[in-house]
Amino acid sequence: MSGARFRFSCVAGLAIAVLGLGIGATLGESKDDPWPDIAFNAFNGRALVDGTGLLAIDMPYRAEDAAIVPVTVRATLPAGDERRVKAFTIIIDENPSPVAATFTLGANSGVSSISTRVRVDSYTNVHAVAELSDGKLYVVQTYVKASGGCSAPTAKNTDDTVASLGQMRMRQFANDTDMRASRAREAQIMIRHPNNSGLQMDQVTRLYVPPFFVHDMKIWQGDDLILSMDGGISISQDPNIRFTYMPNGARSLRAQATDTDNHVFNGDWPVEAQM
Amino acid sequence: MFAHIGDIALMNRENDGAIANLSFVIGDDAVVVIDTGGSALEGSRLLAAIRSRTDKPIRYVINTHLHPDHVFGNAAFVAEGTTFVGHKNLPRGLAARGPFYVDAFRRIMGDDAMAGVKIIAPTLLVSDEMRLDLGGRSLLLKAWPAAHTDTDLTVLDEKSGILFAGDLVFVRHVPVVDGSLRGFLAATDALAHMPVAKVIPGHGAGIEDWPRALEPQRRYLARLRDDIRALIARGASIDTAAQTAGQSEKGYWELFEDYNARNATAAFAELEWE
Repeated sequence: MSGARFRFSCVAGLAIAVLGLGIGATLGESKDDPWPDIAFNAFNGRALVDGTGLLAIDMPYRAEDAAIVPVTVRATLPAGDERRVKAFTIIIDENPSPVAATFTLGANSGVSSISTRVRVDSYTNVHAVAELSDGKLYVVQTYVKASGGCSAPTAKNTDDTVASLGQMRMRQFANDTDMRASRAREAQIMIRHPNNSGLQMDQVTRLYVPPFFVHDMKIWQGDDLILSMDGGISISQDPNIRFTYMPNGARSLRAQATDTDNHVFNGDWPVEAQM
Repeated sequence: MFAHIGDIALMNRENDGAIANLSFVIGDDAVVVIDTGGSALEGSRLLAAIRSRTDKPIRYVINTHLHPDHVFGNAAFVAEGTTFVGHKNLPRGLAARGPFYVDAFRRIMGDDAMAGVKIIAPTLLVSDEMRLDLGGRSLLLKAWPAAHTDTDLTVLDEKSGILFAGDLVFVRHVPVVDGSLRGFLAATDALAHMPVAKVIPGHGAGIEDWPRALEPQRRYLARLRDDIRALIARGASIDTAAQTAGQSEKGYWELFEDYNARNATAAFAELEWE
């Protein structure tokens, strides 16, 4: 045990004791890899092929804030490859609910990247699986160090979010010169929602606080589906999806979100002229 | 009144989680404790330190907020006649995060340091302001809107004008944003206008040069806010914000590398809604 003396001073005359040890977290003991079972169950036993060169997943090596960890999945099919991505699934192996979300892409959407934010409970592999139009499943993975102990994968400010429940925003971004050449556009849907996991126990009643989260979100341009999210409790509070897509000339973007209490939230926004 | 100034560090095996400032106030009739430390061990040492000075009953244990370095010592104080006091949001916050904190710090600090740690929620809840009487002196407790966390409480000893600020005030240790950046800036401004004789921060030495000593914290939070607003306006991603926001403040704070990127991430997700 530490031999440090427990120093007390009268408040009138205090001295600073600054050691600045700053030793970070240590790795826990190794566990059995949960991935094979998760993969088998999530994809009904279908084979997963190495997807290097076809898709990519980007996440920070260290999750700074366990409640808000950015993740991007990208289609990286080489020029001339006629296949397209039909769906992306993100799986956080060590989370209580490992399948974070499945994003199904509209047939003509041209979606090439999707970014969102997830909760990461502990040090973990994260897998991204893409179903391509050839009917096969392709997988890539990355590794995320959990943040330090003081950052919990739970809400910071529940009252604000609940007070504005279901408010939606759609941001449309100006393109950089690379994107402008390809006509692709980038947008971001945001919705206020606590996305409660249902894993917290009320200390007084000893009952679990029920899950309350956005499980479905769809985005259209005109009548064409851009993407659809089937999401769970690993998606952060205030679900946020940023995506690149091919505009079809429609005048408006539309979104609909449904939560586990069957609230349906709708929004539509005029497509902003490219700057 | 007594205050223990913790080490400016992360909670780890070497320091038994003893990184926060812990205090106690002795009145004519009773004692009040303000925060209990980062392990059951530290809580016990705090209790022993109190008992070496007085045998008056410990009537109240106040937790200034839900972070483990301030609440992990609570179990040492559970006793007949002792009431735990906190912000009205503290029971909810402890229920949501407590089990996670216990698991995480078992990994970080080891089983020995974590033995005896129990999450003890307050039963006396503060929604706005509340006075506690110790006989001969009274403490004014104030519950704040979301700032450092959404469970922040300060304690003012009215007789002496000494404010126990919890983690609403940081000295040397980089401020941690785990509630609301805008709320933390608003609280910082409100605190600067409070006529106090001395302030005991959550981390770092006691302050008498008030409110000037609060200026670094205000400057850091304002820098984060301004950097992040600019990043949002130009469509930058949250990843970029984590790497770049607040970097001009790096040389002024300890544990900057441990917390600034996290602060920037949380603040980005908040300010995106402006």
